[in-house]
Amino acid sequence: MPEADYDPASLPDLLPLYYRRLFPFSQYYRWLNYGGVTKGYFQNREFSFTLKDDIYVRYQSFSTQSELEKEMQKMNPYKIDVGAVYSHRPNQHNTVKSGAFQALEKELVFDIDMTDYDDVRTCCSAADICMKCWTLMTIAIRILDRALREDFGFRHLLWVYSGRRGVHCWVCDEAARKLSVAARSAVAEYLSLVKGGEDMVKKVQLSEPLHPFIRESLVVVEKYFPQYAISGQDILGNSKTVEKVLALVPDEVREDLQTFFQSEKNPMKRWKRLCALVQHQRVSSKKGCQHIDKEIMLQYCYPRLDVNVSKGVNHLLKSPFSVHPKTGRISVPIDLEELDSFDPFDVPTISLTCEELDKPRDADEEDEVEKENENEMDAAERRKIRDYKRTSLAKYVKLFDRFLDGMARSRKGEMLRKSDLQKDF
Amino acid sequence: MQFSRKKKLLSNPQNELYGHCLQFYSQPPTENMSLSEFETFAVERLKLLKTVENLGVSYVKTSDPYHKKLYAELTNLNFPHKTEADDRKDQTGLTEFEKRRKDHISHFILRLAYCQTEDLRRWFIQQEMDLFRYRFSDLPARYKTEFLHRNNLQYDTLSVEEKRKLAVKLINSSYGVSGATVEEQDFYKVPFQDALDLVRTRKVFLQGGYAYIPHQDIISIVLNDFRTRLSKALALTARSLPAVQSDERLQPLLSHLSHAYVGQDYSIQKNIGKISLEQIDPLSAKSFPLCMRQLHKSLRDNHHLRHGGRMQYGLFLKGVGLTLDQALQFWRSEFVKGKVDADKFDKQYAYNVRHMFGKEGKRTDYTPYSCMKVILSNAPSQGDYHGCPFRHSDPELLKQKLQSYKLSPSGISQILDLVKGMHYQLACQKYFEFTHGIEDSGFSLNHPNQYFIESQKLLGGGGGGGGGSKEVKSEPEMPQKGQNMAAKTPSTPHPQTQALSKQDAAEMEDLDSLFKDE
Ligand code: SF4
Ligand SMILES: [Zn+2]
Repeated sequence: MPEADYDPASLPDLLPLYYRRLFPFSQYYRWLNYGGVTKGYFQNREFSFTLKDDIYVRYQSFSTQSELEKEMQKMNPYKIDVGAVYSHRPNQHNTVKSGAFQALEKELVFDIDMTDYDDVRTCCSAADICMKCWTLMTIAIRILDRALREDFGFRHLLWVYSGRRGVHCWVCDEAARKLSVAARSAVAEYLSLVKGGEDMVKKVQLSEPLHPFIRESLVVVEKYFPQYAISGQDILGNSKTVEKVLALVPDEVREDLQTFFQSEKNPMKRWKRLCALVQHQRVSSKKGCQHIDKEIMLQYCYPRLDVNVSKGVNHLLKSPFSVHPKTGRISVPIDLEELDSFDPFDVPTISLTCEELDKPRDADEEDEVEKENENEMDAAERRKIRDYKRTSLAKYVKLFDRFLDGMARSRKGEMLRKSDLQKDF
Repeated sequence: MQFSRKKKLLSNPQNELYGHCLQFYSQPPTENMSLSEFETFAVERLKLLKTVENLGVSYVKTSDPYHKKLYAELTNLNFPHKTEADDRKDQTGLTEFEKRRKDHISHFILRLAYCQTEDLRRWFIQQEMDLFRYRFSDLPARYKTEFLHRNNLQYDTLSVEEKRKLAVKLINSSYGVSGATVEEQDFYKVPFQDALDLVRTRKVFLQGGYAYIPHQDIISIVLNDFRTRLSKALALTARSLPAVQSDERLQPLLSHLSHAYVGQDYSIQKNIGKISLEQIDPLSAKSFPLCMRQLHKSLRDNHHLRHGGRMQYGLFLKGVGLTLDQALQFWRSEFVKGKVDADKFDKQYAYNVRHMFGKEGKRTDYTPYSCMKVILSNAPSQGDYHGCPFRHSDPELLKQKLQSYKLSPSGISQILDLVKGMHYQLACQKYFEFTHGIEDSGFSLNHPNQYFIESQKLLGGGGGGGGGSKEVKSEPEMPQKGQNMAAKTPSTPHPQTQALSKQDAAEMEDLDSLFKDE
């Protein structure tokens, strides 16, 4: 669905419809309530709304799902952010003695934004993205997802398309939600390899021995690099980009490559030559040249994290299923099983989903509705489910459901384990 | 924690408590001690921690000079530095056991002083951790193991089989671990949250949320344990603090220990004689701290100051750069406008002025009073104008005074809040920031003459720069040893800026990032 179908001016008209008939409130509440295990967990959660004209309202909080629902339908926020679980109700933070109002817990979050790759993208810049550079997001998700699961032992990771040019990760495990600021920043540092700003040319420096985490990350990068960087971005194809790459290699290698490049124009062969030279230097054990090829690959492809977003417990992040006001696209969960085929331009916009509501239903759907009627849901709830199921939002809500089921299973397992432990005593 | 009158319970408490040269400080001291010993211990540990802070800024913490200098300071301030202890006294007249006792008690005293706010706790924990890291890493292997044993620090170790299975990964995760050392040394398996320093720098193998730590890096988990315990203990201490604070003798001392440290010696002036007597009036309004401004004003109004005020103000002026002759002229000309004639002045008061300059009596060259001294000692009574207005003024009067100096209502309320929390020097520093139109003064106020010099620096006046870079000399009442090693102007625990608007700052930071995704 091309973006052109969405007109930002229509947002005020579409939002009421979206919040009344499409936004998956019950899943949303189920998520943030975390099984109701901790008292006040949903009630003390901060939400913030961006309203029309960038009016920004912080410290919203709600005692029940229906209160949240009513308020959102009343305010029709352009954007929703989710913050921390506080010591007190955020909407009463003014009545609490200052200093006593504190952010206690929050999901561990990651924010990867395509603009941070502008020095290594040739296809687009700034807020623009295309399917070529989207590969960077795919790589980022592959690397971080593996590390968060295997290295850090987290299991409940919700990856979400931000609605425009990036992805977010919500690590929802109890242990992750309880992490201190120091621990969050340590995790983020562990996961950061690309360092330095505009004044730094070479942004990745590896040293012996290569940590297992780096080796695992390289496996991912090496898989995508030739196709993405050499072919897609053509980083060895024209003089300007070649120059950038050559700035990263030591002098001897550079001279050799410059001569070689004069006769060899094929980018893939150029890259092979570079690797061969580095390999040769490695064997003759020249210092400083050990991992140049790997460092180049990482500089071009390795995920660039906004560490500050991950660090703070009280930091806000755009909520899943919030609409991006500029593109109209809905922040939807990403299915990692179909990650390589995820297309951000396929993500439904608010205008599309609202349109779909008006389509006449087909017989299958009627059937499903019948079945649902047997359940003990109230009429409004039933109607809403019918509604989103008729739109392209359905598969994303289903994905969200699956994620929530996984967490519920873990909680149950944990409870069983605890009661078993008690029996042992 | 308590300093009770309990008799010593143990037959040989030295060996129980001080059997190892390093402590985890899990047992609070229970013995009786004099107030002056209490004070000495506290001040000296503070000095030690200041040195730790300064060295940490100037040197790599694992480097040789860092170790050497820290060792020298420990020795100098009579803190324990030997692995074995006995009852022999060294040249300072102290046994190693006595030094360990001092290490123990002084740590607990500073806990009392540094538990009060988040910023103070953070600073204290940081310095104590650095000190502990140095002392632990300096121990011979045998003593390290013994330390772990004594303090019940047990961590899960990997079996031989597990080690074999993970060998390659373990080798690639830490510097200096090779095939042979993997077999030789123990590896500990701890939740990654307990080894954040290693995680952050990717110097440890991580799997399934656990960090696999080679014995050579055990300091990082011990240190983590140390931090966790200390930070819990400080939170507990803070809760029990009201009881301690009701002790009139301890309360002011504790409150001031938390900000005060030994600073520069302001008695030695490079710009001596560079200030003319005519400059004092304008300077007093622009660059004097409130305490001195108040003394100056009352001297001009009443043509007199009582002894306490003459000492506090006179030494300050000496620090500002007046010569003895100028000082005599200054005091004489003012006093004779009042009830004292020239003759009486020369007989009764000139001695006093010369005394300040070390020309009479014991010929001690008096040092200008630090804030700690102004605030703690010789509280003003009827007819006195000395002391610290933030400490010794009625809050309502202080408020009126600040209003008359045209401070904004919000500024005034910030200052009064600090006063309420007994952070007088921070209040004074806030006042400095408001009156000089800066957001963060970038120094930590501990001396009225420092206030003056910093002010002159900002205003570009000639009075600055002369702050005497000579290192610390003790004030008469504060017993200090090892004064030559004292800290340079340290970058203090800067609680003032954060403490005030921490909440606001946090919110601003968030706001900043909120629209990032647009
Ligand atoms: S804090 Fe120091 S400088 Fe400020 S008024 Fe008190 S004594 Fe004077
Ligand atoms: Zn692109």
